[in-house]
Amino acid sequence: MSITIERPPVKTRTDTELSPKYTLTAEQLDAFGDEMDAIRQRVVADLGEEDANYIRKVVKYQRGFEVAGRVMFYIPPLWPAAVASLSVSKILDNMEIGHNVMHGQYDWMGDPALNSRMFDWDTMAPAENWKYGHNYMHHTYTNIVGKDRDVGYGILRMDEEQEWRPYYLGNPLYAFLLMTFFEWGVMLHDLEVEEVFAGRRHLWRGENAPIMRRIRKKVGKQVLKDYVVFPLLSGPFFLTTLAGNAVANLVRNVWTFNIIFCGHFPAGVATFTVEETENESRGGWYYRQLLGSANITGSKLLHVMSGNLSHQIEHHLFPDIPARRYPELSVEVQEICQRYGLQYNTGPLHKQLFSVAKKIFRLSLPTRAPKTPQSTVTETPLAA
Amino acid sequence: MSIVADATTRVLRSRFAAALATPHGVDRYLELVNPMWAANEVRARIVDITREVDVPGHPPVATITLQPTSTWRGHRAGQHVQLGVEVDGARRTTRVFTISSPESKAGDRFTITMRANPEGVVSRYLVERAEVGTMVHLSQAQGEFVLPDHVPDHIVFVSGGSGITPVMSMLRSLQRRTHRGRITFLHYAQSPEHQIFAEELEEIRRSGYGIDLHLVYPEQGGRNFSALELERIVPGFRDVPTWLCGPAGLVDAVRPAFEGSDSLHVEYFKPPVVSNGSAEGDVTFTRSGSTAANSGATLLEQAEAAGLTPQFGCRMGICFSCTATKKEGTVRNVLTGETSSLPDEDIRICVSSPEGDCAVDL
Repeated sequence: MSITIERPPVKTRTDTELSPKYTLTAEQLDAFGDEMDAIRQRVVADLGEEDANYIRKVVKYQRGFEVAGRVMFYIPPLWPAAVASLSVSKILDNMEIGHNVMHGQYDWMGDPALNSRMFDWDTMAPAENWKYGHNYMHHTYTNIVGKDRDVGYGILRMDEEQEWRPYYLGNPLYAFLLMTFFEWGVMLHDLEVEEVFAGRRHLWRGENAPIMRRIRKKVGKQVLKDYVVFPLLSGPFFLTTLAGNAVANLVRNVWTFNIIFCGHFPAGVATFTVEETENESRGGWYYRQLLGSANITGSKLLHVMSGNLSHQIEHHLFPDIPARRYPELSVEVQEICQRYGLQYNTGPLHKQLFSVAKKIFRLSLPTRAPKTPQSTVTETPLAA
Repeated sequence: MSIVADATTRVLRSRFAAALATPHGVDRYLELVNPMWAANEVRARIVDITREVDVPGHPPVATITLQPTSTWRGHRAGQHVQLGVEVDGARRTTRVFTISSPESKAGDRFTITMRANPEGVVSRYLVERAEVGTMVHLSQAQGEFVLPDHVPDHIVFVSGGSGITPVMSMLRSLQRRTHRGRITFLHYAQSPEHQIFAEELEEIRRSGYGIDLHLVYPEQGGRNFSALELERIVPGFRDVPTWLCGPAGLVDAVRPAFEGSDSLHVEYFKPPVVSNGSAEGDVTFTRSGSTAANSGATLLEQAEAAGLTPQFGCRMGICFSCTATKKEGTVRNVLTGETSSLPDEDIRICVSSPEGDCAVDL
């Protein structure tokens, strides 16, 4: 294996005029990007048996919890344990396994069962649809208002840059509904319903046709499994199994919603405009990933149950590196941030959640100091 | 297969089982209980490893006996199988190996025979490091280089080196079928001590029915299989159904002798093409059938320059939208500088630039 380091094939910034949101010069940004690239290169070269064993172990646990949950529905007094077990299974399946495998984090293993092109997860959204909106749109254009559809998901007002409309008075209600029906929301997200309402897209024709076809197929299978076949299989316990499956899906919805909302919406996380990110360098992309994400501090259990999205910053810097590496990488990333004087947004779950909830309520009302249309500086506070 | 086992298999392969196991599939659960249980996939346990040839200073040859899962549908003599192993417990690498045992039925044990290719990750692992009990991943048997059900009265086998394996499977099948026709078998090996299956061939020579065996060793002055030599051994050989398997050199030497005749069946495996590190050579897009001089740019850019419109996303190696299969050649990851020369490898074309000749399935 020969190693020759070369600059990646991305455009370098031609105009030296950076928006005030960038506290680094173009040269500093390049140096910052090089340090991140060096980390990536080192970790990729080091991937091996430990990473493979880890993900296989998580899969084993997930399947174990799943089977145990399904079986315990036959023993009525164990209903709460069955629901808990199935909930844990679904959370592990969606987060530490599904999300990360579909990012291609384990493609290097050559195992079709852990390959981003083959894997599908235990939730309504078909893998194929989700990967486009998430891996490409969200991870490439992270927090660029108007380009990253994950800023408010086309439903919520999560940034001052989004112009206020009376519709947003319902912000807290929409957030609550999204949390409750999160797996359905994630599934519908790919249809770009806001574009449909704006008359720029047909709900099931044109570009939405293949997306809709995949949705019908996947939703059919998911509904059949959780709400028809398994309940029928449990015979006299039909209703309790049905209810148990619904509760497990709800628990997963609430948990994943909360973890994911802590990733980009706590106070202090920066958003960017399309103009600011034109001709962005690779260093600039890393910079935006860093300032556009927030971490959650907590126990090892929290990290596993969040699919290590508690290290959203590291995930956005290195989306295709196995997530189990993020905790160790975060030490290095924080040290680099300190040297460059960059903010590293992190805090315990309750603090980040409170901050997100506050934003959801605050932005349901018009922003107090209205901006002039020319202004490109957001009010999102940034550490200098 | 017993009635119970048969019924179990039926249930496991049913739509009902699939509905319960969605979206992961039944095999993802079965394998965790017992790796030999499968509903659709094929896996096998290595049950025996025998060194066939072990000449000091030369890569050894071994025969591996495999006990497949009940999902194995059997094979026809001459077919090959894709075999994947997890080398060092992490990276699964898959290669094609020819089956050397006679034709098999569903679930039957079979053998593969291979030389430990010095650059071959899988063959070296199987011959030198694998242990009895190791699990491997399989495809179903594949390939059109097979013995017909009705074998003509006179047939010819021509093989060289480890190319003897499919021919051996055919020969063994014919022995088992107690075939009564004539078989002329020409084999080319470096020297007698490099001869694979030497004892068995000697036994067949002595007691086999209608078998005319010619083992040729260049070290002992054995002649190449030219048209003249073929005509000497098999008069009118161009009209005799012939199966040819061996290294490219042997195939290139024999094929012209059959020019204009349709009695020749050929099989040979290409070794991986390793580059010399330059951006010269040609890039071939196999699906669209176009070829262009390698410009040194990423494969995505070169494909677009060639007028193709491959799928892509971020164009910076993070989203995996552009993943495509590289059929052969060396590519360098422009982000990490890593190079890789494996055939049939999934690569992100937006961050892979070819070094030398390269073929991609686009």
